[in-house]
Amino acid sequence: MSSENENLRAAGPPRPGAPEAIRAVPVRYPGRWVAAALILLLAAMFVHMLITNEAFNWPFMVANMFTEPVLIGVRTTLVLTVLAMLIGIVLGVVVAVMRLSGNPVLSFVGWLYTWFFRAVPRLVLCVLFGNLGVLYSRVELGLPFDNYWMPLLGLSGDARFLSFDTRDILTAFVAALLALALSEGAYMAEIVRAGLQSVDPGQTEAAQALGMRRSTLLRRITLPQALRVIVPPTGNETTAMLKDTSLVAYVPLTTELWFQLQAIGNRTFDPFPMLVAACIWYLSITSVFMLGQYFLERSFTKGDRQAQAEVTMTQVRAKN
Amino acid sequence: MTEESTPAADERVVVAESVHKSYGRLEVLRGIDLEVRRGEVCCVVGPSGSGKSTFLRCINHLEKINAGRLWVNGHLMGYRQKGGKLHELRESEVAAQRRDIGMVFQRFNLFPHMSVLANVMEAPVQVKRVARSSARETAMELLDRVGLADKAGSYPGRLSGGQQQRVAIARALAMNPSLMLFDEPTSALDPELVGEVLDVMQGLAADGMTMVVVTHEMGFAREVGDTLVFMDGGVVVESGVPREVLGNPRHERTRAFLSKVL
Repeated sequence: MSSENENLRAAGPPRPGAPEAIRAVPVRYPGRWVAAALILLLAAMFVHMLITNEAFNWPFMVANMFTEPVLIGVRTTLVLTVLAMLIGIVLGVVVAVMRLSGNPVLSFVGWLYTWFFRAVPRLVLCVLFGNLGVLYSRVELGLPFDNYWMPLLGLSGDARFLSFDTRDILTAFVAALLALALSEGAYMAEIVRAGLQSVDPGQTEAAQALGMRRSTLLRRITLPQALRVIVPPTGNETTAMLKDTSLVAYVPLTTELWFQLQAIGNRTFDPFPMLVAACIWYLSITSVFMLGQYFLERSFTKGDRQAQAEVTMTQVRAKN
Repeated sequence: MTEESTPAADERVVVAESVHKSYGRLEVLRGIDLEVRRGEVCCVVGPSGSGKSTFLRCINHLEKINAGRLWVNGHLMGYRQKGGKLHELRESEVAAQRRDIGMVFQRFNLFPHMSVLANVMEAPVQVKRVARSSARETAMELLDRVGLADKAGSYPGRLSGGQQQRVAIARALAMNPSLMLFDEPTSALDPELVGEVLDVMQGLAADGMTMVVVTHEMGFAREVGDTLVFMDGGVVVESGVPREVLGNPRHERTRAFLSKVL
């Protein structure tokens, strides 16, 4: 009987005697109220401490966190983040393609690269690259192993065309950039690989059947679809990179934000306010980054949203 | 069947000689001999696992064959014969061979990040380097032909299965192929959407397109097909005029299969 009745009800006009809307007494949650009150109390205590504790020395902090060396440090941090991420992304794509290639040497080297740079901490890498000058006093370009084969051929001299002093090339900034970018390349390689593998193999087949070459296929079909998987974690990597630039203070790169803030603290024998200043600086910059990430991700799902908007439009049209 | 017999670009578009394909120890194709003439519609039927889709994918070298020879328009697919030896073609050469062969997949495989129009324009622009304006013109004509000109700006995810498959046919036609391969084009469709796709294919056949169609649609095979090939266990069991094969099968295996599907 029920189904027939329901059909009748659904088909017929709304009946005049519709039942009155429900106004029930809501369930109370006393536990939540207690917890909320407790947290508010703790928060009040924390704010009180921020204001009253002398160690914060707010006027001193504000006076020192916008000085010229600090602002230069902010600039270095931003430049390092952007450059390291750009190099890291390019490296990541190259290494990911290497790992997925059919050539065992290429895929093994790709694996070896990710293995090494993911296993060694960035701090250790920074110090290591800062000391690379120990290996070579000069950097020279030429044919490899010339000191072995030139005497064998009865030739004297060397087969080197360009020569630089290592200290001129491997400045603290370059060493820092290399350490961060190479390490990032390894993480990006894994992200890009996951992205590429997330694309339906049918896409590759369809493109191949149309006569596309592998390079066109990667550029036009696979990578654009992989980006939806790649972009969100890349945003996180950028935020992480911004924070990790503080490690290059140990290369040592002295024009960097964390080094500068620490230096002020050490010089004035009042380190704590500058630590707070560091927190505030990194918080502000990462917040701006995250905002950018939000808009970037939104624009990358544009195709979906366009489709979504179309659905809504058709529904609206259907209703009218 | 001599080594040197490379069928010239005559009336035979596809020539398969004793094509074998195996995955490891599993033999999927065990010697397929088949010829498809220009303008012919060849329907391939058979139980699942009979190797019919694999054979179709061998024709445009999506699968490498292990033995035998396969020519399309007189070109040996995937290899070059030089001095009695076979040389594998480079990836770019294989790609060039495929440009002349359109393929339609069971699961459509449209590019989801591109609009319908961009899907159809993609290969002419990126592969053939056709100017965008003329590629757009051709694409719109093709979309009109499959009855989807009004969907040019939509994304594939917004279309029904039948519409997607019609776009996939238009996309393949955009390369102006001399041969079209259909891999169970209606198997992933809701029953009420099968007809619209078959109609487009029937139109293509009427226009003289050479087609190899792997299908379960016996009605289509009977009405539109010029030849019906019944495959089972990796071999061609029986082939001939569709009405005769369907109406009067000579082999027990064909009879057994047809009694289940008809």
